[in-house]
Amino acid sequence: MEAVLSLLVALFFAAGIYLMLSRHLIRILLGIVLFGNAVNLLIFTNGRLTRGTPPIVPPDLMTSAGPVANPLPQALILTAIVISFSFFSFLLVVVYRAYQDLGTDDTDEMRVAEPADEAPPPMGY
Amino acid sequence: MKTLIFRTAAPFITALMLLFSVFVLLRGHNDPGGGFIGGLIAVAAFAVQGIAFGVPVVRRALYFHPMAIAGCGLLMAAFSGVLSYAFAVPYLSGLWAAPSLFGVTVDVSTVMTFDIGVYLVVVGAITSIALSLEDREDG
Amino acid sequence: MRRIAVSKRQRHHGLLCIARRNQFSRGCPPRTRRLSQKKSKRSGKGAFLTFIVLLLPLLGAVLAPSLTRLFGGKSGWLLAVLPLAVFIHFLGMLGTVSEGEPVTGGFDWIPSLGVRFSWLLDGLSLTFALLISGIGTLIVIYAGGYLDGHPQQGRFFSFILLFMGAMLGLVVSDSFLMLFVFWELTSITSFLLIGFDHEREASRRAALQALLVTGIGGLSLLAGLLVITQATGFNDLSTLLGSGDALRSSPLYMAAFVLVLGGAFTKSAQFPFHFWLPNAMEAPTPVSAYLHSATMVKAGVYLLMRLNPVMGDTAAWETVLPLFGGTTLLVGTLLAIRQTDLKLMLAYTTVASLGLLVMLTGFGSDLAVEAAVLYLIAHSLFKGALFMVAGLIDHEAGTRDVTALGGLRKAMPVTFAAALLAALSMGGLPMFFGFLAKEEIYAALGFGSGWAALATLAALAGNSLMFAVAFAVALKPFIGAERKTPKHAHEGPVALWLGPLVLALAGLLAGLASGWVHAGLSSPMASAVAGRAVEITISTIPHIGMPLLLSGLTVALGIAAYLKLGALRAGMAGLLAAIGWGPDRGFDQFVRGVLQASVGVTRVVQNGRMDFYMSVTFLCVAAVLLVPMILFGELPVLPAFPDLRFHEWAVVVMAVIGIGAVVYAKSRLVAIVSLGIQGLAVALLFMLFGAPDLSFTQFMIETLSVVILALVMTRLRLSLSDHRPLGQKLLDTGIAGACGLGFGLLLLKVTQLPFDDTLSQFYNAYSRSIAHGRNVVNVIIVDFRGFDTLGEIAVVMITGLAVLALIRIRAKPDAGKTREIEQ
Repeated sequence: MEAVLSLLVALFFAAGIYLMLSRHLIRILLGIVLFGNAVNLLIFTNGRLTRGTPPIVPPDLMTSAGPVANPLPQALILTAIVISFSFFSFLLVVVYRAYQDLGTDDTDEMRVAEPADEAPPPMGY
Repeated sequence: MKTLIFRTAAPFITALMLLFSVFVLLRGHNDPGGGFIGGLIAVAAFAVQGIAFGVPVVRRALYFHPMAIAGCGLLMAAFSGVLSYAFAVPYLSGLWAAPSLFGVTVDVSTVMTFDIGVYLVVVGAITSIALSLEDREDG
Repeated sequence: MRRIAVSKRQRHHGLLCIARRNQFSRGCPPRTRRLSQKKSKRSGKGAFLTFIVLLLPLLGAVLAPSLTRLFGGKSGWLLAVLPLAVFIHFLGMLGTVSEGEPVTGGFDWIPSLGVRFSWLLDGLSLTFALLISGIGTLIVIYAGGYLDGHPQQGRFFSFILLFMGAMLGLVVSDSFLMLFVFWELTSITSFLLIGFDHEREASRRAALQALLVTGIGGLSLLAGLLVITQATGFNDLSTLLGSGDALRSSPLYMAAFVLVLGGAFTKSAQFPFHFWLPNAMEAPTPVSAYLHSATMVKAGVYLLMRLNPVMGDTAAWETVLPLFGGTTLLVGTLLAIRQTDLKLMLAYTTVASLGLLVMLTGFGSDLAVEAAVLYLIAHSLFKGALFMVAGLIDHEAGTRDVTALGGLRKAMPVTFAAALLAALSMGGLPMFFGFLAKEEIYAALGFGSGWAALATLAALAGNSLMFAVAFAVALKPFIGAERKTPKHAHEGPVALWLGPLVLALAGLLAGLASGWVHAGLSSPMASAVAGRAVEITISTIPHIGMPLLLSGLTVALGIAAYLKLGALRAGMAGLLAAIGWGPDRGFDQFVRGVLQASVGVTRVVQNGRMDFYMSVTFLCVAAVLLVPMILFGELPVLPAFPDLRFHEWAVVVMAVIGIGAVVYAKSRLVAIVSLGIQGLAVALLFMLFGAPDLSFTQFMIETLSVVILALVMTRLRLSLSDHRPLGQKLLDTGIAGACGLGFGLLLLKVTQLPFDDTLSQFYNAYSRSIAHGRNVVNVIIVDFRGFDTLGEIAVVMITGLAVLALIRIRAKPDAGKTREIEQ
């Protein structure tokens, strides 16, 4: 099972990074979403896979009887999902505002901070 | 999105989702659920309402600004921990009490108030994001 | 009483040593350990007082701006009280120190690193401290008159007092770290003072040049001090000076030697690093008189003298120092002849004098050390005075060009007197302190060997040319017919002529009362430099011999050069024009080269293209993942065919389809929907493998993502199609594929290793019994790791605020525009 998941994680990473290498902000944004899912799945698979049984103690016992899914990666991923979503929406707004102000979503044309034909610094003292 | 069926169904969907979100929040300690999931369900409820009737309606219904709600949640979560100092235990140690109300024993704990804080932060912050994106002032 | 008895015996011993030394060239064992005992000779109260005294100039720097605002130029008199107090405090130590007992003190600064804030006051540092505070007092008064009415006079006082504090700290420092810190502080304050008139480009250039040259030298010194610590294990001067041959015999000696010289030669403007000092004359004259003649530029000489007992007496020391010193002496005097500006003439003779001092320090014999000590004191007095005279002439007559000045003796009689007295000392005429120095120099060098004869000739040439320059500065402007100057010249205020007069008179009195000066200052200083007790006996009464003959020759040659100055100047000007290139121009080329190189590097590395940055980043990620795995042979083994159930395969296939659709989506709708599909597949995976909480959260998040993405995308109206050329696409596919492969292999390898589930077992075991919750994931989030969650919800809150701010900002520029239109 882990082997299949590893392959899937590799695919998620490759697709996410491929999109992030693009020059178009909207594609980069989609890539970031895939990248986030890839990281979550990576952590999840790292904690080993268990079919079915969630880490919930039955009402009549003090600890789970049989093998259960690993709760630790789940706790890590749960908050990670929410935080990556809030960052996704933040980035979306940044892209939106950048598009409104600069009229482009091509990163090569966004050169406010690093102009293409920047004058050399003054050579005097 | 202003179809008749959607606008008729939306208030019921919203109400049901909000109720469900509180249910998920409160049962979270023993069964799947908790502040994060409950909060997200509530956000979805407000989003549905917003799509159906427009953002101003939701803002009026919420009464408080969403970020104010989030702020209250953060404070609540933080103060759940401060209570630990009164009992001379490390910050954010869980404290439990079981008062009896009208013959029913209710478990009250700082862990629960903390989870409610999480719920409020998620509801407030993400509703704020969703509403400001839905707000089409420029059409 | 007992202490005096001991010290007398020491001195006796020292004298015996000298007697023996005259017979056997190097027979005397170093007695430095006793000269620099670490025990404090003063009570705690005395040490505390010294600490306060060291802080006094810094206190003055804080007070100066407000005082100047209140009293204007008169505040110079008030502020001069502080250095005067310092002077008096150190004068009080003269008795103890002149008996060969150094005064030490200090406190632990960073005990865990063995760093102390400690000072060492022996003959050498005390003489320096007295010169710094004494001349400093006069300079502060002088600056009060010189910059009277200048709008930034308060700032100037602050800077010069800061410098005084740094310089005092430098010469009294015992620990290496303190020495280095104060060394760099003098460079920085010198930068501020040279650039005081920062609205002129020449000023800025000179300031930057001085900072770069001395600052880089300071780093070299730091490295040298670290090497010394490495070689000997000591990190303060007092223990190092007591360690005898430890440093000399270390294999690291050469490294330490070169690095320390790097610091000393840049600070003391030795050829070929001399060029910054004349340029530093862009500073107001009080600065030139104080920093660039009397004190700071002598810091390098101080360092060499300080380390002479432990680093001197080697072939390298006795070759390199005289070589560089002698070259500097000759180059400095020749360039001084070329100048017509009074300050520049003096500046180049300062370079020459520093060369002479380095040459003498490097010679190593007791007589040479004595000569260096005498010349150092004499030079500080007469050069400080002459600089102040030059400033005074500039201030009153409006020009410093020696060819445009003449006949000022009637208008400025006091200045003339001070100038003449100082020039007589510089020229080395009998009765003046400069005479003693020159006699001792010739006595020390002599004609004993070819090497010494060469040095004697260099000193002879240098001294006679300096003689000519001294009188060109001090005599030419005052005699002859009156010349028309930009300002109508008349005698300056007391504040301006007090300083030069006192210093020039001090040069005369020190010569006349040489016995006392030797007992109090020169002999203890020479002892500290030589590392054993040395007694200077020379007096101003001329005694027939080789030195006197050479002195006479110097004066004769000097007079000849003075009379032929115009011709010499023209000759030098022609020679320099023929050479055309100098280190000063080299500095410009160096700075320009560095700037152009950095522009070039920046253009390549920071080319402003984000896809380039991303490609480089992910290439590194792929390399980090794959290279170690392949190099160390840690690749995972090929897994057996997985036994997934049908519905699990279905979910995996769904995820793959979702990913593919996202990458190849041509329309917005397809992209949004396919993003939802892959998210849903992830949610289902979580569900299948026992994570219902994750599954619900993921599901809700995907729903909300689709909603807000749809809201924004409908407004962006962007085409999603990929515009990259095929080559770029292939490259990107390669990078992305390598990264994906790396992550996948890493994960596969990890899952093939044994699993440590201690932590998970802990949570499973205690979730219900301690935290009263059955849902372990939720218990971890809100209880076990509650503090982490608090941080995470704070992050969610902050992103909410940031989004709100971004949306709100939008209105403002438009509002600004409408306002502008309305106006």
